[in-house]
Amino acid sequence: MAKTIVPFGPQHPVLPEPLQLKLVMEDEKIVEAIPAIGYVHRGLEKLTELKEFTQNVFVVERICGICSFQHAMAYCQGIESIMNIQVPDRGRYLRVIWAELHRIHSHLLWLGLLADAFGFESLFMQVWRDREKIMDIMEETAGSRVIISANTIGGTRRDISKEMLSKIVGVVDEIKADLNRVESVFFNDYTVKQRLVGVGVLSKDKAYELGAVGPMARASGIKQDLRMTGYAAYGELDFEPVVETDGDCYARTLVRLKEVYQSIDLVKQAVAKIPEGETFAPCKGNPDGETISRVEQPRGEVLYYIRANGTKNLERLRVRTPTFANIPTLLHMLPGSQLADVPVIILTIDPCISCTER
Amino acid sequence: MGIINSSRKKSPWVMHYACTSCNGCDIEVLACLTPVFDAERFGIVNVGNPKHADVLLVTGSVNKKNARVLKNLYNQMPEPKAVVAIGACACTGGIFRDCYNVLGGVDKVIPVDVYVPGCCARPEAIIDGIVMALGKMDEKAKNMKKVSG
Repeated sequence: MAKTIVPFGPQHPVLPEPLQLKLVMEDEKIVEAIPAIGYVHRGLEKLTELKEFTQNVFVVERICGICSFQHAMAYCQGIESIMNIQVPDRGRYLRVIWAELHRIHSHLLWLGLLADAFGFESLFMQVWRDREKIMDIMEETAGSRVIISANTIGGTRRDISKEMLSKIVGVVDEIKADLNRVESVFFNDYTVKQRLVGVGVLSKDKAYELGAVGPMARASGIKQDLRMTGYAAYGELDFEPVVETDGDCYARTLVRLKEVYQSIDLVKQAVAKIPEGETFAPCKGNPDGETISRVEQPRGEVLYYIRANGTKNLERLRVRTPTFANIPTLLHMLPGSQLADVPVIILTIDPCISCTER
Repeated sequence: MGIINSSRKKSPWVMHYACTSCNGCDIEVLACLTPVFDAERFGIVNVGNPKHADVLLVTGSVNKKNARVLKNLYNQMPEPKAVVAIGACACTGGIFRDCYNVLGGVDKVIPVDVYVPGCCARPEAIIDGIVMALGKMDEKAKNMKKVSG
């Protein structure tokens, strides 16, 4: 049969971002998927060499708006390790609280987009309504809804008051109750299962071989979560990575849904344990040396390589983002699937193109 | 012409395209459509097809590769149409203006009617921008009528 090429993207209703895939089709079946990138490339790594290392916190936050806090956190942790800055305990706990709130909002956003991708619009609306509560907390604690700029080299720029901390616990409990109402739809609904179970299967061996990270790897049975390395205050909190073994779209949905509960639990643990004190340690001088800093983002592991030469400008900053690591798994899953399943499979890797192309 | 114009004002269909946005404004555009902000109370519907759209919402600055895509989308939209540039980078290039691959704001490539500042632009500001764009579209529709006689 003759092969046809169907371009998917860059402008596509299901994707908020311009990802382009050229799908080589045989009838309705996909034979090969060829990614075409460059629609979001800005050259941020070069930009960080032009700005001062303290200004770069704001640049790396804008690599991706959804996981901006974790980007800034990875960068700051890298610079702190070069300059031997000890972040005060309160700063480390505040970072955990904001990072987990970001994870909750990112996962809820994704659950909504997935519901939209398989045509369940009311579920999309429900999940996004719950997510707005997190955005309100962000605004109340940091003054901005999405890019909160709370990180700085040496800790956090802002403190959260005691009243606000207890309010946060109240709000995450509300979100837990809200999510309990919609979770049965994700867990049990016939139509949802029909669209997700057995679609886009990624085996454990293949996930390992292709270097999958984050929820992609965990849904295929790889117990890998960088938070287990204990950066920030994660070493003092009690949690286990969420692991599923099926490796299909349904397993990935379950992993992310359960991670929302895990993050809610982590926020509550951090609020209970947070000590009093300063939120940041001042940084003096310029960094000199090189380091690698890794942080678990909502989408998986992000790796920062930083090389500094004792001046206020960095010599090199390299970012490897989770979506970059997960795109090979997408290209492995797409061949053999039906055209109608493509949006769902693409969404389950939680693509963040602005991260990938920087 | 009168009835078409008034219906267009009551229910503008918007299309969203992310140029080199960091996702921040994109998720705020989507947040506009969800229950808390509920842009649908103004009849605003998000569509994926440029030929159905009245208002083009652009987030992020323009780079060398997506300038062609953006022009293409703009040209496919039927007249009268309006463009809303959302966020600091769509307005001027913002924090990305010094990047080697960034040409600058959206107005380098297509004419922009409304600029919504902010990093990220708030959903209230975005809805306000769309409503302003409707006013501009009304003027454009009147001018079109004069030309066509």
